[in-house]
Amino acid sequence: MSFWQFLQANWSELLLLVRQHIMLVFVSILVAVIIGVPVGIILTRYRVLRGPVLGIANVMQTIPSLALFGFLIPLPFIGGIGTRTALVALVVYSLLPIIRNTVTGILNVDPNVREAAVAMGMTGGQVLRQVELPLAMGVIVTGIRVATVIAVGVTTIAAAVGAGGLGVYIFRGLRQYDNNLLLAGALSAALLALAADSLLGLVERQFSFETKRSVVARRLALAVAVVLVIGGAVFWLGRSTPSTANRIAVGSKDFTESALLAEIVAQMLEARGVSVERRFELGGNLPHEALVAGTLDLYPEYTGTSFTAILQHTPITDPRTVYDQVKQEYADRFKVEVSQPLGFENTFAILVRGEEARRLNLKTISNAATEAPRWRAGFGQDFMSRADGYPGFSKTYGLKFAEVREMDLSLTYIALSSHQVDLIAGNSTEGRIPTLDLFQLADDRRYFPPYEAVYLVRQDSLTRVPALQEVLSKLANAISTDEMRRLNYEIDGKKRDPKEVVKEWLKGKGF
Amino acid sequence: MGHEEAQKTLPLVQFHNVTYSLPNATIISDLNLTVERGETLVLLGESGCGKTTTLKLINRLLTPSSGEVQVEGKSTTAWDPIELRRRIGYVIQEGGLFPHFTIARNVGLVPALSGWDDARTNERVREMLNLVGLEPDQFAERYPRELSGGQRQRVGVARALAADPPLLLLDEPFGALDPLTRASLQREFAELATRLGKTAVLVTHDVREAMILGQRIGLMHKGQLLLLESPERFRASDHPQARAYLETLNVNGGEH
Repeated sequence: MSFWQFLQANWSELLLLVRQHIMLVFVSILVAVIIGVPVGIILTRYRVLRGPVLGIANVMQTIPSLALFGFLIPLPFIGGIGTRTALVALVVYSLLPIIRNTVTGILNVDPNVREAAVAMGMTGGQVLRQVELPLAMGVIVTGIRVATVIAVGVTTIAAAVGAGGLGVYIFRGLRQYDNNLLLAGALSAALLALAADSLLGLVERQFSFETKRSVVARRLALAVAVVLVIGGAVFWLGRSTPSTANRIAVGSKDFTESALLAEIVAQMLEARGVSVERRFELGGNLPHEALVAGTLDLYPEYTGTSFTAILQHTPITDPRTVYDQVKQEYADRFKVEVSQPLGFENTFAILVRGEEARRLNLKTISNAATEAPRWRAGFGQDFMSRADGYPGFSKTYGLKFAEVREMDLSLTYIALSSHQVDLIAGNSTEGRIPTLDLFQLADDRRYFPPYEAVYLVRQDSLTRVPALQEVLSKLANAISTDEMRRLNYEIDGKKRDPKEVVKEWLKGKGF
Repeated sequence: MGHEEAQKTLPLVQFHNVTYSLPNATIISDLNLTVERGETLVLLGESGCGKTTTLKLINRLLTPSSGEVQVEGKSTTAWDPIELRRRIGYVIQEGGLFPHFTIARNVGLVPALSGWDDARTNERVREMLNLVGLEPDQFAERYPRELSGGQRQRVGVARALAADPPLLLLDEPFGALDPLTRASLQREFAELATRLGKTAVLVTHDVREAMILGQRIGLMHKGQLLLLESPERFRASDHPQARAYLETLNVNGGEH
């Protein structure tokens, strides 16, 4: 599909994402100005506060966004999943340039002019409002302009906590190796940044007292600004807040299969008259934290992940024991129900190129041990850090690679097929395994624990929405590994719309 | 009102044993000075002699470390600073005009701050601009950057006079102007001060300016008032500092 065709087909979704993006930037900058300008003013009055406060703002700006999201999700009011969390993070990142420029702008006002103002008998407030702020406004607007351009970029991360925006296309594009998605997301974000920059540049020029400008133009600029602010506020407040009575928030992790499993439940619930809030493609362990915090009702998970990453047990290999123990402990610790297994496993698949496997006659991971010293391996961050990941894996099979690269999981497949690396740890249900001619080495020493797909549901959600129970029992043992690979390929390989794929599948199953 | 009448007989400004010092330097030491109603008193001295500090002690931009400055018989520290400053016109080099205000708004600033209604303020602005020789229709809506240095200085004087304050303080008001403009503004100001009967304290390092404008000249050096005389007696003084200034007058006509 050409980029142009892609745009034509996805025009309305792209516009929605652009709108979300603009709103996120707009509201966060508005809040950052409301907080940052007064803080900046205070700092010009109390010199001792200047160092510490600017220092804190500086440090806040360096916090990695995912770490900040992880910290915010369990918090009441400002936390949770979605827009609010993203806004808090964006405000935190926008404060520094606004505070700093407010301080600089005011301190740079000609001391003669300030002295004249005081000597004319202006009160402190009058000096600030009538002299210091108007004269500092050009510099303050520059700060807002810098903050806005930064925010347009940072907002792409908002997709990780389900707040939408153009990051949705960028993340999805990276995951599915789809250049059209990447280009649409990145290009739109870049154009937005340019537009915001030149627009605020115009506003900035209105506050320069060195160039001549007409009173009319100034009033016009002011009027436009006021309309924008009020319009934005009305638009923001006017959004309908959903009732929670017959509503289910369905979450997913940030990869195709998780989003697909979430979409299946979502469509089945909607067919039963339940309104569904989709919070898909959440990064890291955010879905778990959101489920426990009550901002999600359900999301798809794998028993092995719960067992090792969440419950912190040492990996074991018996599927029954793992399932039973996870079910028991989730009920006790989190008041969360574990559904019947869905019928397939998504375990780590140790993959090599098909031609290599055939040439060297490799069948198992043990076979590969002798080749390893010549090989470069590429692993996702997840595999490198978890208990059932790389350290135990390399020890069990006695593997020593020439080089181990940590990279984005979705990029490892393409890195393998293009000879950038020689062995990766992918997902067993990955749709691209057959299409890229990759070969899965058998786990002959049974190192990897079982990763049966299940849904995790809050117990209170099950009692609140009875339709949930019925949907989940229908899905027990309903999806085989082959079927899952095919579904994944429909989306990742053929770039089809997940909603269509799920609709088709449900129809074929007669659900 | 009887209270205000009583105040009218007091000297406008009095310094009683005033010392002003910073942590590591004494700027003014033990200054005694009386400014009489209706006179223009010029403080003459080189940079750093404390003449500007003396001015700022009057409108309480600074307060004495010891001693007392009285305005209309009341210590500056007993005045509400805002009320005190609105009764004192203040003119600094280049006028200290607000670059983001029109000329009309600059001139009408103190009246507007004091709560005059728009009509009265506008009337006053036109009157003041006429007084300093600027055509209101031509200048009222312009911004300071569109005026020449001399015109800006005229606006500075108009602004200081706008609320009809009993006292004017002028800090090197003509210092940044070219010699010709300076000479004509000095003449005009001397005439204006006499006509309006304003009390004024003017600070300068230009002895020629002091001789033209001052009814009395106070010579300051290193934070002290060396002498305080009429221009005639100042010219005849045999104080070495005064002589040094007068020499420059003979050598190059007083222009620095």
